[in-house]
Amino acid sequence: MFKWFGMVNFTPYTRVAEFAAHLKDGRIMASRCSACGARSFPPRADCAACMAREFEWMEISGRGTLHTFTTIAAAPTGFERYAPYTVGVVDLEEGGRALAWLGGTIPSGEIAIGMTLQLVPRIEEDVEEIRVFYSLERPGTTWSKAGAATVGERQAPPAAAGARRREQV
Amino acid sequence: MSRVGIVGIGHTAFGRRSDATVQELAFDAFAEALHDAGLERDAVDASVIAAVPEYHKQRSLAGVVQEYLGLCPKPTWLVEVACASGSAAIRTAWLAIRAGVHDVVAVIGCQKMTELETAEVLALMGRVGEVQWESCFGTTFPAYYAMFARRHMHEFGTRPEHLNGVAVKNHHYGALNPLAMFRKEITAEKAAASDPVASPFHVYDCCANADGAACVILASESRAREMSTRPVWLAGMGCGSDSMSVLRRPHLTGLPSAERAAAEAYAMAGVGPRDIKVADVHDCFTIAEIMAYEDLGFCAKGEGGRFIAERESYIGGRLPVNVDGGLKAKGHPIGATGVSMTYEIAKQLRGDAGERQVPGADVGLTHNVGGIGQYCFVQVLARD
Repeated sequence: MFKWFGMVNFTPYTRVAEFAAHLKDGRIMASRCSACGARSFPPRADCAACMAREFEWMEISGRGTLHTFTTIAAAPTGFERYAPYTVGVVDLEEGGRALAWLGGTIPSGEIAIGMTLQLVPRIEEDVEEIRVFYSLERPGTTWSKAGAATVGERQAPPAAAGARRREQV
Repeated sequence: MSRVGIVGIGHTAFGRRSDATVQELAFDAFAEALHDAGLERDAVDASVIAAVPEYHKQRSLAGVVQEYLGLCPKPTWLVEVACASGSAAIRTAWLAIRAGVHDVVAVIGCQKMTELETAEVLALMGRVGEVQWESCFGTTFPAYYAMFARRHMHEFGTRPEHLNGVAVKNHHYGALNPLAMFRKEITAEKAAASDPVASPFHVYDCCANADGAACVILASESRAREMSTRPVWLAGMGCGSDSMSVLRRPHLTGLPSAERAAAEAYAMAGVGPRDIKVADVHDCFTIAEIMAYEDLGFCAKGEGGRFIAERESYIGGRLPVNVDGGLKAKGHPIGATGVSMTYEIAKQLRGDAGERQVPGADVGLTHNVGGIGQYCFVQVLARD
């Protein structure tokens, strides 16, 4: 089921595959090591702190502070139709960090490092396969309010953006 | 512990090399290095090849290079740690010589990147980051460094003019380097007006994919003294790593792997940043050079923007950096880049850099980063 996760998925199989099922049900989950209690977001099955193999799921609020961001004009394969889109890194209140798109509830002119945001579960429904992800939204936004597939469509692409860019590694 | 010396260096022109295969480029660099060292090919005990495999149609590149160079049946192996492959290859050659297994080792960094179709390049660019939690949101190589830049600007007041300043400097020196891909000066205004890539970056904040090869021939201290009147010594060799994911980094305003590698290299060489007279650092993006000034101790944390604004990294400044044009203007054939850095600093320490020569260069440094700082290699080079 982890193949559901992400706009484009590169890792269909993982020990934390249930994350995607939780996300589909509207929950953002971190992992907690059963042995030492170390939390991780993104979740991981094998504890980085004590190397124990057992973990449990722990729901988190998804609230966090914007650490940094960038608006990508030159998009990679699979993302061309969304460009330009803005990705941000948030420091989560409950520990760890997340990288996600800034969603439709955040006007591009208001994006600033240090602002409070919330990671909100999202389901893209206009595709044949199940596609779940999360976006960074105004705090208090629920997954139903964030709507489906609005991410990336709030900015009109500038003419020929990236068309003359040099190829990057 | 005996030292390891650089006894021969070679370097092709970087750029779009539609005239040659990757092994033909490797041949040019190797032949030049042999000639420079005054060695017969038979004197080479082993070769280490640096290249990033996914850019080549030929799989397992070391074999075809070894064959074309006529080095079979001597030992050879390929080393890959993304854009730091060249320095990693030098490190493994250094280890082999220090271990007493080989006396003379040729390190050849070679890469052809311009033969890929644009679609293939865009697909590779979309898998630069950690793919499970990050690339699935469409991150790119420039996007990561752009996020470093944005955070650096937020914490330290670094400005777009500082980023442009790095591009202007490196194009200035690239114009003087006959081996560079881009041999023309640019203005800050031109850099600022170039197309957006990933904010705050424009095209001129980014280095370019390129083709090319570079070679250094390393020898044990006793052999180096026999065969060379002016060996350059690998005096300090540092190396570090960091998480693939930016979500697991202690901070996003520098590269902890570089700080560690620098500390190790300085300690081994018994020098500090103030002793370095010339450096080649990994300016894959303009902010990367500014962060390198800080990670390497050329200036205090947060002062990197001022360092370029005050022209401290020009010849005549406190510590000239990337006076070969850097990745920015020289081009970045990723497997060759680290070897190219060592080539340039060896040339500077020999006093052979022509109009780009840094006066009095007796101790130099290279700083070669893989990916977005997952790997970093720092070398301190010195002459007698």
